[in-house]
Order: sequence, then structure tokens, then C-alpha cells
Amino acid sequence: MIHSLFLINCSGDIFLEKHWKSVVSQSVCDYFFEAQEKAADVENVPPVISTPHHYLISIYRDKLFFVSVIQTEVPPLFVIEFLHRVADTFQDYFGECSEAAIKDNVVIVYELLEEMLDNGFPLATESNILKELIKPPTILRSVVNSITGSSNVGDTLPTGQLSNIPWRRAGVKYTNNEAYFDVIEEIDAIIDKSGSTVFAEIQGVIDACIKLSGMPDLSLSFMNPRLLDDVSFHPCIRFKRWESERVLSFIPPDGNFRLISYRVSSQNLVAIPVYVKHSISFKENSSCGRFDITIGPKQNMGKTIEGITVTVHMPKVVLNMSLTPAQGSYTFDPVTKVLTWDVGKITPQKLPSLKGLVNLQSGAPKPEENPSLNIQFKIQQLAISGLKVNRLDMYGEKYKPFKGVKYVTKAGKFQVRT
Amino acid sequence: MSSNSFVYNEQSGGGEAAELGQEATATISPAGAFGLFSSDLKKNEDLKQMLESSKDSAKLDAMKRIVGMIAKGKNASELFPAVVKNVASKNIEIKKLVYVYLVRYAEEQQDLALLSISTFQRALKDPNQLIRASALRVLSSIRVPIIVPIMMLAIKEASADLSPYVRKNAAHAIQKLYSLDPEQKEMLIEVIEKLLRDKSTLVAGSVVMAFEEVCPDRIDLIHKNYRKLCNLLVDVEEWGQVVIIHMLTRYARTQFVSPWKEDGGLEDNEKSFYESDDEQKEKTDRRKKPYAMDPDHRLLIRNTKPLLQSRNAAVVMAVAQLYWHISPKSETGIISKSLVRLLRSNREVQYIVLQNIATMSIQRKGIFEPYLKSFYVRSTDPTMIKTLKLEILTNLANEANISTLLREFQTYVKSQDKQFAAATIQTIGRCAANISEVADTCLNGLVCLLSNRDEIVVAESVVVIKKLLQMQPAQHGEIIKHMGKLLDSITVPVARASILWLIGENCERVPKIAPDVLRKMAKSFTSEDDLVKLQILNLGAKLYLTNSKQTKLLTQYVLNLGKYDQNYDIRDRTRFIRQLIVPNEKSGALSKYAKKIFLAQKPAPLLESPFKDREHFQLGTLSHTLNIKASGYLELSNWPEVAPDPSVRNVEVIELAKEWTPAGKAKKENPSKKFYSESEEEEDSSDSGSDSESESGSESGDDGASSEDTSEDSEDSSNEQESENGSVAEDKAATKRNPETKGESDSEDGEKKNKKSQTSDSSNVESSSIEESSSESESQSENESESRKVTKEKEKKLKQDRISLTKDVSLLDLDDFNPISTPVALPTPVLSPSLIADLEGLNLSTSSSVISENMNRDDLFKGKKSTLLKDG
Repeated sequence: MIHSLFLINCSGDIFLEKHWKSVVSQSVCDYFFEAQEKAADVENVPPVISTPHHYLISIYRDKLFFVSVIQTEVPPLFVIEFLHRVADTFQDYFGECSEAAIKDNVVIVYELLEEMLDNGFPLATESNILKELIKPPTILRSVVNSITGSSNVGDTLPTGQLSNIPWRRAGVKYTNNEAYFDVIEEIDAIIDKSGSTVFAEIQGVIDACIKLSGMPDLSLSFMNPRLLDDVSFHPCIRFKRWESERVLSFIPPDGNFRLISYRVSSQNLVAIPVYVKHSISFKENSSCGRFDITIGPKQNMGKTIEGITVTVHMPKVVLNMSLTPAQGSYTFDPVTKVLTWDVGKITPQKLPSLKGLVNLQSGAPKPEENPSLNIQFKIQQLAISGLKVNRLDMYGEKYKPFKGVKYVTKAGKFQVRT
Repeated sequence: MSSNSFVYNEQSGGGEAAELGQEATATISPAGAFGLFSSDLKKNEDLKQMLESSKDSAKLDAMKRIVGMIAKGKNASELFPAVVKNVASKNIEIKKLVYVYLVRYAEEQQDLALLSISTFQRALKDPNQLIRASALRVLSSIRVPIIVPIMMLAIKEASADLSPYVRKNAAHAIQKLYSLDPEQKEMLIEVIEKLLRDKSTLVAGSVVMAFEEVCPDRIDLIHKNYRKLCNLLVDVEEWGQVVIIHMLTRYARTQFVSPWKEDGGLEDNEKSFYESDDEQKEKTDRRKKPYAMDPDHRLLIRNTKPLLQSRNAAVVMAVAQLYWHISPKSETGIISKSLVRLLRSNREVQYIVLQNIATMSIQRKGIFEPYLKSFYVRSTDPTMIKTLKLEILTNLANEANISTLLREFQTYVKSQDKQFAAATIQTIGRCAANISEVADTCLNGLVCLLSNRDEIVVAESVVVIKKLLQMQPAQHGEIIKHMGKLLDSITVPVARASILWLIGENCERVPKIAPDVLRKMAKSFTSEDDLVKLQILNLGAKLYLTNSKQTKLLTQYVLNLGKYDQNYDIRDRTRFIRQLIVPNEKSGALSKYAKKIFLAQKPAPLLESPFKDREHFQLGTLSHTLNIKASGYLELSNWPEVAPDPSVRNVEVIELAKEWTPAGKAKKENPSKKFYSESEEEEDSSDSGSDSESESGSESGDDGASSEDTSEDSEDSSNEQESENGSVAEDKAATKRNPETKGESDSEDGEKKNKKSQTSDSSNVESSSIEESSSESESQSENESESRKVTKEKEKKLKQDRISLTKDVSLLDLDDFNPISTPVALPTPVLSPSLIADLEGLNLSTSSSVISENMNRDDLFKGKKSTLLKDG
């Protein structure tokens, strides 16, 4: 399946290569560079490229390209999903998935890649298992290793690999037993010029951080499970139980993981927590335009909306902008033409606004479309869909764990057309 | 070691050696530029010394640096002898790094690599399964042809290892050995066959992968393992699931008959299947149709459904393509929701999923229509995603939603991303072509766009308008005139060419401006693009033929210009046109028809989806994404007309037949009845339903088997069978009148027949007796006296159940009664699939309900046991 992997940075250097079968020359990446050049933008590099002898499937993550070389038919999603899993693992091990981190830990990276694939077919991809095979680097451990000469490679087969629960490592022990769940909901929306909603949808995830000793068997129930329209599960969840009782029953992996992702049924009307008043105009035959936006709260369920940022991709003819924010600060990058306005909290007494003039390239025709506004915000202690966790029960272990649930609502792909 | 590589290393190693040094000690200051090249040679010497030192820490440091070199793609092959010595190191980390090195360089240094083999052979016998597995992994990864026999032996041994982890590695080794030496195929297939029988979820995915790579055409190896794989599927790791699902899709297409034939009325019934937990009801619904799905087919479809909920996009896509390719059309709808969910994922996943949705939405727009808005484009999407979404929106457009869509398109046309705006215009053209109600609106909209400031937009609009006008030869003189005026301002060659073509084609409708356009174009001929020049020539020719009085000279002038053009094609075309239209003494018969040739009614272009031609590729494959046949692509076969013998799949059930007597126990022992996936304590009614169905499926399969065996015999007894069928009808009629007594009479009937068939030795596949047929054909495999006893015992049991069941049964019979008349008329042995299926269906319900009772208890028990296991 996966023949080789090349890691390439933004400036086009191949800084790591790994082969699972015979060696494939680096020159195969030339086809990739060619495609990259044609695409102009990193986002537009096609994920699947065909070359005379190989196929290249690539992902773009954290300013790095993961380019895999394939020789025969394979479901492309299989490879893409795997490459993302590799990147996730690096993230998990080194705290970031960057060129520097990978270069610093090249030996661990190599050991990981060796364990994750055998002959191009995934072998161990669960983080719990990998961590037993290869210990993640910590400062303490590297000091200890250098003194004692011990290794960061486990010498026994992780039991999880063989048990019915391949996602959990054995012999977990904590002094404080804790289980935290974050219910994070994101509102995807397209708002049109007049302020009416073209499309809105709530997508949510429940991220868990479980630090429980032994083999706990958890079940998490909701007050209103009917809200969840479409759900995807971590493999640990018992599907049958969900089907019959709408209860999430599972033996969790150790540590952080994503328990479920869900979509809230589209029948429910989505509350849009903010509104934007905007007037952006470019005058014909003059080199300036007006820019004026105001943000206000709407249907915010009595919670404060915070962490608001507005990002606008201005048209190419815009040279500069001179604006005055009533609140927060703004930056405009004349090269990428991106305007970012960091607003902060909304206080209903004085609505934040951003006003001023836009300088256009003189002589150029005025842009015919106004740029759309991308808005980010955050509301703590609220799941906008109204989803509520009812209770968490633990079986199989004697101790009493500390349990916590947190709700957050965020803007997902929230776009206002102007 | 070659001096070449040495020199190379010396030159290239400089910078990175310094880095590596840093990495190893993290304190060394960057080495100065001086002396780097000379010191590098020493560096390697250094490494050699470290490798030979007695301290593990030094060795480890050296190995780490070497791995760093490998990772960079630098050549470290000269260190081979020094490294290979450490293969037997006690330190497991050194060992692992040496393995990494070996796998990378063994192919280049085959002789030296042989030194390490004995270490691996020893490790293969190690009591620690981890060591055995990794030894096998490395041994099989060393691509040295000379050790093929050793590898073969190791694989054979490992495939019988007690540890499933080692067996999994053996499955991987199969593929490696096969790529090294394809001659071993036959022997490897034997190992694959053995491993396919493995019941560990750990092995399943890897061995199917090996199967796909080594012998994908040996579908016969799958038969016996089909049900096991279906049942294991949910518990296999994600990557294995993808491979197994793809393989089973291909399998299903060769082994089952198409479920697509009679779909119309089925829809409602099938929907209820997914909403109600009551499987039994679903079954009765299904049996109303003459087409009955093979229970194995159903098993696959049902067991893959939970995987639509997987977090892994590849698994979801695999299930989606399985549903698309093998499920009844009415059930395909459930995949849309999951696929739309994947659109929240990263851009690469979106790209692939959107492509597949695009293909699906051409054939079945219905299933994605509810999610129309999910395909709306955001200004932040990458262009490739935007165009794919647009494609899908176009496919989904219909009379009902077109007005909303057109409003949405208006926004897109104004997009700053001009490539995308151009694509939108094409889309509008396609909508106009497909939905006649909005054709005029679209056309007007496009005409408005002609005054757009952006050239690409205008050009694209011109091209699309040209196509639209060609499709509707109505009077659009105004638009054409308007476009004629555009020639002054527009510079994009394709657009200019399109306008010229349009004027030429409609020159009689715009008699005034056409010659004027030609005049203008003649002036600028030399500076035009080739594409435009050709169209000028065409326009000249057409005008010459229709309006020679005004344009004769102009055309000749243009032709003269064309005659001396630099471009070969243009000179050629000029010569051709001149011969055709200008009458001279040499002109042949053709010039008479010049007008017909030039001004013939041209067929309108079909505005089709670019995804139209991808349909023939299996969804979710690389070939589908690239729209070319990738190497190693396995075609999905068409459904067979007649299903191959379904009995090949039930090897375990024959065992079951032998152990049939204590009905309850036999099931417990039977491995095929272990429903791995149902390893939870919550066994609800639907579960037992599923169990019982597959159970009865295997039973009925058994019928098929015996029918096959005795088919020669039954040939002459077919008459008898027919008459029996007659009696079925009679029986059923009787049932209709008196459902309460049916059980009694029927079983008596059955007994009579038992005797009959035992003497004639022809199996009573087609016999009317319902569960007797199955119990009996099984009992035939045993000695007769015993079987008699069994049947009687069973009958007693059944009678009790019967009474409660009779209502159901009679209902079924009623429905089966009508269609059955057709099959009966046909020669029995050939047509039997459908008939057998009917009878199986009958078999199914009654016997399964008996079994399900047992199964319920069984499952509960098993469920508990396995949860106990899970909890440790």
C-alpha cells in the first residue's frame, strides 16, 4: 500500500524520508513540486497526483506536506486518513507537528513510523499502544536515559494489542482519578447581505480527558439525546447500547481523546448569537471607499460572547485601510490583504464597531463584490443546541472518580456575506 | 564499500553531520566551516569506533546518528559491516535501530546481510511473542532473494503460532515474500487459506490484505470464511475494515443476484426496517416479493451499517461504496448523511468525498437533495473544493430548487476567485440546458454578465451563451447583435472565436452586422489568435455562400491572408475553403454542396457533468479519483444472472448438522454462531433476530447443498416434485380456510413425504413441508433411524410453536400463493433460485422462531461471558 513517505516543508525541502518497501528516489517528488507550482496556493495542491510509475497522495498539515508514494490501487481516503493519523501522533508526542520538532526527534519519529506501518499496511495506530511501545520524550526521561543508558523503547508487547480493548493500555494508575468531558459545539453559518440566514448548522464534539485507574467501564447519558442527529464514535463505544438506549457506554482509552462528533438535526432552528451591521462601499472612479461594521449580540441566551475576531479578505485592489476601532485592535496586511479585527467581549451598552476609509489602487476598476466577513467567537458554559449531559456512571472499579463537564459554543465556519 | 558512495557522503555530509552532532549531544556549538570536509571522513570513522565500543550508550548514540542520516536520505551504506555486528545486541533499542538500518540497506549489501540471518532465525523461536514477531518482520523485509526458502519456512511456522500478533505479522510477510519472489505464489496461497480461517480480529484485516495482493481472483477461498468475516467486521481495527469491506463488495457482486430489479414498491417496507427494531416484521415484508435477498447478502449489508458511524473517513467511505454497489437502491439513502458529515473534515477528505458524491449525485440526486445547503460554497474554501461543490449543486438542481440555487449562484459569479466565477457561469449554462423552465432566465442573466468588467467572466459567458443558443434555435437576434458589438472590447480568444462562430451560423438572421463584423476582423486578421483566425475563415466562407454580393471581395482578401499564414492548419483550412466555395474550372462536384456543408444544422453540444464517465469505476478507489485505471485496480463484476450455489459458504453448518440432535447445545459449540460483534450484554430482540436469520440462512443453504448433490436424481423425480408443489398450493388453500389446524395436517403431510423421499433418495427441496425439509435433509447425512427420531422430536416441539405461529405462516402463504404459480410452470432444477429462495423464506420464519428462542438465551449467556472477559 503505502510505499514511501516524504516530509516536505514550505520552502520545498525534503527533510525526512521513510521507505517501507524498496527505496523510491526523492526525484519522485518533482511531480509534486510541479503540481504545487501550478496550484499557486498550498490549499489548492491536489491531494492525489498521478505520475508515470507512482501515485502521490499528500496532505497539508501545519505548514508541512506529508507526501506518500503509492504504487497500486488503494482507497485514497485510507492513505489520507492514515497520514493525518501520523500527524496527530507527532502532535501528541512532541506537542506540535512542526519541522523543528520532527528534526529534533528524528529517531523517535523513525521508530514510530516503523511501528505504525508494516509493508505499507497500518500496524499500530492507537496512541495508547504506541506510547507503550515507544515512550514519548520528556525532559526528565531524556536526562534519566542519558545517565542510565536505558531506552525509550518498551520491551514488552502492549497487552492492549492483543486484548479486546486495543485502545486502552493496561495497568493504568492514578492517585487522583478524574474524568472530564468538554462538549464543544460549533455553529456553521452563512448569513446573507440582508442579515437573513442562508444556511446554519450545529456541529459538536465531545472531547474527553480520562485519567482513571484500572479498567473503568463508563456510561454517559444525556438529558436530550434526541438532539443528536448524526453521530460518529470512537471505536471504544458500544454501538448496540447507543442504538437501543441512547447511552454512551465505553471503556475509555487513557488520556485525551475524542469520544464522539455529532451533528444536531437540521429541523431545529439554529440560534445565531451575533449580528453584524455592515456598510462597505467602494466609490467609482475614486481611490477610496468606506468601511463600517458593527457587531451586536443576538439570541445569546444571556451569556457573554467573547473572543470575537473578524477576518476579512479584502479585494486585491485595496492598498491600505485607515480605520478606528471603538473596541479592540485591528491589523491589515497589505500583502495578503487580510484585515483582522480582534474585538474581545461584547458589551451590550456600547457595541463594538470598526469604521474608516479604504485606500484603493488608483485607476483600477472598483471591486464588484464586497468581501465576506469571517467571524470567530466563543460562549462559555453554553451548548447552543441545548444538549445536556445527564450523568456519568462508572462500573468495574471501586474508587470514586472526580467528574466534570464543560460546555463551550464557538463559531465554526461562520461567514457573513456583504 | 564503493569509493563512490564514500565520496558522495563526504561532500554532502558536511552540513548535516554538524546538525547530527548537535542532535546527539545538544551542546556542541555549530562546527565552523573550516575543515568540515576533512573532519567528516573522521566522523564516519568515529561512528565505526562507537559501534565497536563496548558501551551500549556509545553504540546507541552512533545508531541514532545513523538513523538520522537515513531519515535525511543520506547514504550510510558504508557503515554496513560495523552496524550488522550489533544485530545481536542485548539492548532492545540498539537492536531496533539496527533493524531499521538493515531493512534500509540489506538490498544493496546482500552478502553482508546474510550475516544477520541466523540471529533472526534464533529470534523466531524466542518465547517472547514480540521478539518473534519483530524478527519475522525484519527477516521478511530484507529483500534478499537468496533467503526466500528461509522466509517461506518462517512464514509457515509463524502462521501456526499461538500468538495472533505473530500470525498478523505472518500475513504481512506473505505480501513481502510475494513481491520478492512471485514464484512462491502457490505455497503462499496455502498459507493465506490457512490464515483466512483464523478467528482472531487481529489477523483478519492483514490476511485479507494479503489475499487482495497475492490472489484476488481466488474468490473460492472466501466462501467458507464469508460469514465469519461479516461477523468479525465490527471488531476488526479500522484499517482492516476498509480492506475487508472492499473485498466483500467484490465478492458480493460475484455471488449474489442483483437486488436492483424490483425496487419500486419495496421502498416503504425497507424503510421500516431501519426504523423498527422488529426484524421479523421486516422479513415478512420482504418475502412478499418474488425476489428474496440471499440471507448472506443481507448479513453483509446489515453488519456494515454500524460502521457508517466510524470516526475513520476511509471506513465510512468504504461502507458507502458497499451500499452503493450492492444494496437495494431503496436502502442506499442512509449513506448520504454520513458522507455529508465527512465534509466537516480536512480539505483532503472533503476533496475525495465530494468527488464521490458528485458521481453519485448524477445517478441518484434524490439521496443528497435534503443536504443541498451543505454544498453551499464559502469564500474561504480552496478552489478545488469550490468547483466540486458547484458540480454537485448542478447535479442536484431541479425545478423545485433552481430558483434558490440561481440566487446562490449570483453570489458566486461575483466571487473574487475568477476561476470559480467562470465555473459558476458554466454551471448556470448547464442548469439552463437541463431545466427548460429557467432557460430564459439563465440566458438573460448571462447576457447581463456580458457587461461585466472582468474579462474572464465575459469570455466564459460568451462561450456558454453560444452553447445555449445553439441548443435553442429560436430567435435570439438581439443577443447575437449585442455579442457582435462585444468584439470590439473582448480579447479572450475563445470568446472571440465563439462570437464569430455564432454570427457565421446565424448570418441570415443578422444580415446587416455580419458583413461588417467580417470587415473589422479582416483588418485585424494578422494579429488574431489561431483559434480566432480559423473562425474568421469560417465566417468568411459562410457569408460568401449566403451574401456573396457584399462579401465576395472581403472573403477573398481574408483567404489570401490565410494562404500565407505561418500556421500550417490555417493555410490548410484556407486552401480547403477556397477549393470548396470559389467556383473555378477545376472545382469538383463538392462545391455544389458547399452551402449544405457549411450551413448544415449542427447538433447542439451536450452540456454534461465531467463526472459522467467515472461511473464505471468503483467508488472510493484511486482509479475513481484519478479517472484512469490505476495499476492493480480490480473491476467490480456485474451481478450474475443466476446466483452461484450459496451452499459453498456454509462449511461450519455441516458440522452443525452432524451435531444437530441436541439442538440447543450444538449451536453453542458451533464457532460460526459466535457473534463476535455482539459481545455486549445488551442483546436486544433485534440481535437475536439477526442471529436467527443468518442461522436459518445457513440452514436453507444446506438445503441448496443437498439439492445440488441430488440434482441428477431429482431430474427424473421432478414430476413428482411438481405434483408436490401442487399439493403445496392445496395445503395453502386449506390453511387459508382453517389456519388453526394447519400445523397438524401439514406435519402429517411432511411425515408421509419423509418416507417417500427416504426411499426415492431424492431430496425434497421443493417440498411443501416447511421445516421438515431442512431438518430432514440434514438428517439424511446421518443414519436414517436416528434421523427419524430427531424429526419426530422436533415435530413435537414445533407443534407447540406452530400454534402460536400459524397466523404468521398463513399470512405468508397467502402472499406467496400468487407468485408461486409462475415458477411452478417452469422446469424446476434450473429456475430454482427464486423458488428455493421462496421456500427458504418459508423455512426461515418458522424454524428461525424456534431457534431464536434458544438463541436468545444463548446470546445472553455469551454476551455476559464476553463482557466478563472484557472487564478482565
